[in-house]
Amino acid sequence: MSKKTPGVLTAVRHGRGGVKVAHHKNTAEMAIERMPVPNKVILPMQQHIGAPCTPIVKVGDTVAVGQKIGDSDKFISAPIHSSISGTVTAVGDVKLANGIITKGVTIESDGEMRLYEGIKPPVVTNKAELCAAVRESGLVGLGGAGFPAHVKLNIPEDKDIDTLIINAAECEPYITVDYRECIENAENILKGVEILKNILGFKQVIIAIEDNKPKAFEIMKEIADRDNDKGDAIKLMTLRSRYPQGAEKMMVLSATGRKVPPGKLPSDVGCVVMNVTSTAFIARYLETGKPLVSRSITVDGSAIAEPKNIRVPIGTNIQDIIDFCGGFKTEPRKIIFGGPMMGLAICSTEAPICKQNNAILAFDERKDLIKKERACIRCGRCVDVCPMSLTPTLIERYSRVKDAEKLKAINVNTCMECGSCAYACPSGRPLVQYIRLAKQVLREESGK
Amino acid sequence: MAKRLTVSASPHVRSSETTTGIMLDVILALVPALVMCAVYFGSRALVLTAVTVASCVISEFVCRKVMKRDNTLGDLSAVVTGIILAFNLPATLPLWMAAIGGIIAIVVVKQMFGGIGQNFVNPAMTARIILMVSFPTAMANWIASGQNAWEIDAITSATPMGQITEQLTEQIRDGVDFSLPEGLPSIAEMLLGKHGGSMGEVCSIALICGGFYLLLRKVISPIIPFFFIGTVAVFMFFAGGGNVDFVIYQLLGGGLMLGAFFMATDYATSPITKKGKIIFGIGCGLITSVIRIYGSLPEGVSFSIILMNILVPHIENLTLSKPFGFVKEKKEKKEVKA
Repeated sequence: MSKKTPGVLTAVRHGRGGVKVAHHKNTAEMAIERMPVPNKVILPMQQHIGAPCTPIVKVGDTVAVGQKIGDSDKFISAPIHSSISGTVTAVGDVKLANGIITKGVTIESDGEMRLYEGIKPPVVTNKAELCAAVRESGLVGLGGAGFPAHVKLNIPEDKDIDTLIINAAECEPYITVDYRECIENAENILKGVEILKNILGFKQVIIAIEDNKPKAFEIMKEIADRDNDKGDAIKLMTLRSRYPQGAEKMMVLSATGRKVPPGKLPSDVGCVVMNVTSTAFIARYLETGKPLVSRSITVDGSAIAEPKNIRVPIGTNIQDIIDFCGGFKTEPRKIIFGGPMMGLAICSTEAPICKQNNAILAFDERKDLIKKERACIRCGRCVDVCPMSLTPTLIERYSRVKDAEKLKAINVNTCMECGSCAYACPSGRPLVQYIRLAKQVLREESGK
Repeated sequence: MAKRLTVSASPHVRSSETTTGIMLDVILALVPALVMCAVYFGSRALVLTAVTVASCVISEFVCRKVMKRDNTLGDLSAVVTGIILAFNLPATLPLWMAAIGGIIAIVVVKQMFGGIGQNFVNPAMTARIILMVSFPTAMANWIASGQNAWEIDAITSATPMGQITEQLTEQIRDGVDFSLPEGLPSIAEMLLGKHGGSMGEVCSIALICGGFYLLLRKVISPIIPFFFIGTVAVFMFFAGGGNVDFVIYQLLGGGLMLGAFFMATDYATSPITKKGKIIFGIGCGLITSVIRIYGSLPEGVSFSIILMNILVPHIENLTLSKPFGFVKEKKEKKEVKA
């Protein structure tokens, strides 16, 4: 892909560090398939960052697709909606794939997928109405973070925001759903961009895609040019495919050259970053009023028989999803929600898929091999690759002796746990784990 | 059917680089020089190397066992130390002295401080200095290359660095303009190693090739070698009154190539920050040059590296980067003052 295509931007600034990981985008050319309706779904009340919801239905209730079944009165939260039609069979504790037990609603399908009759497109003319609508849709960051979108869009009046960045980087290996979104749903992405731009008043919109996705880029460019008659407010940008390019702070740096200070948000430097799939969803929601009840995920990994991109109802059992992909072709040793760099290893496939999960990766014995752990040799590779300019080897040292004062001095909380340090370490040291423990030490210290 | 799933912390992939792999690369980089050693000094050079390597490996094994710690021979760092130690010795050194050197390097300098990554000075360098101080005659028994080191009556010869330093000291003392001494090996001979010196320091071209291999494999960063060698070059250019030949002799002799590429770049004893590496390289270069010009020792490389090693923790403290997006809080200070 030519770097000097007219009308296309290249990154303003490159982040330091980062690592080159093998992309493994095996499912890139696979169109998203629809999974048949499951017999039942389990909807946990915590599928987002923030306060968990409380169920608003009880056992025996009949529910329909898109009907709200859980809500919270806290600000940083998002309601949960039923993803199938049927009967509520249980309201109680459910175990999530990460082992956490939370409240959840179990619904058995009546096979009809009836749409909730209360669904109608919302009327949105200003920011307050947009945020209220987005909240009602149950939208959380679909790139894997799970942050309630309405909170992000509810920009305080005193903050001067000029740039909307649409994150289509998808820097984690294996995952291709955002890429497929760009190819299959580009119209809605652009519609979502227009809505956000017009209502929230951004001066410029930058849609940023990594350079290992040329096809997506061409399609997006074609549509952007077509819609861009009012000047060049909407721009496309190519980014180096270097992990962790898709991290929020790295996106802001590449798109605008601005650095988000430690402990601050992109809105503090005038930017809002939205995942590309979340943006497309906003357009669909404003058109149809149908809340977040299903999402696309990539299923891949050496243990999966038929890797695919599929659209699944939220709350579908993981084992059912894997069976739809041909089941396991070899004995799985590690199953991950998300990508290999920052994903969560799960302990059971008898658990529901949640809103913020964008991939299921199953690996067999060979891929599970981790480097032999040796003593730190002070090679400095962790320092070289850290995108936040931290010193992981020192953090590890102080973490092991729980020295809170020294840990505070070396800015542990700036770490975004991207995993570049542990990836690069030749001695196979579990650096991210030590960093998490260090953050725990600081939390306990400040809690005293 | 219950599955045995590993639930471990992210990241779930790792790069293919390992500590053992890095050490192997260093060994490979030293092979050309090792071959040239054998060519110039005969089979004794290889025997001497085998003795130092065996001494290092056995010391590490025994020491770890006695200390009730895990066996770390698999990381191959003891082998690397053994080879580099051998390269710092004259080919005629009695084997038992070489063995003692290995024991000192591994047990005293490395294992007593915690093993790999924990030593505060370069093990091979320190062992060399201790041998030099303990057995000065044997350690100064440099023979001209091309001779059989087994022969007791192999002709000793002054190293080129020795010759230059002697001449220079006299000229500085007499206030005479600088000139190179007679009878130095030609520059080509310096590159290829046809002159006197320690085993590993003679064949400059083999060492430079090894150094470039390490740079290519990204085992070492170019910063330290560049600034170390560069500082010596600049210093010697002015010290020698603009005499380019003088600069070249200074760069190719006295173990500078061995020191700059293989010893100053040792991970445990060099700074982990880029800025720190620059300071370290320049410091080594300055101290080496000062010792060579104003001191009576023919080579300053060993001492300069040790002295800079000791400063590394302070250099690191001074050069740690601020985190991404760090903003200095200037305005608040002004308000407090008012």
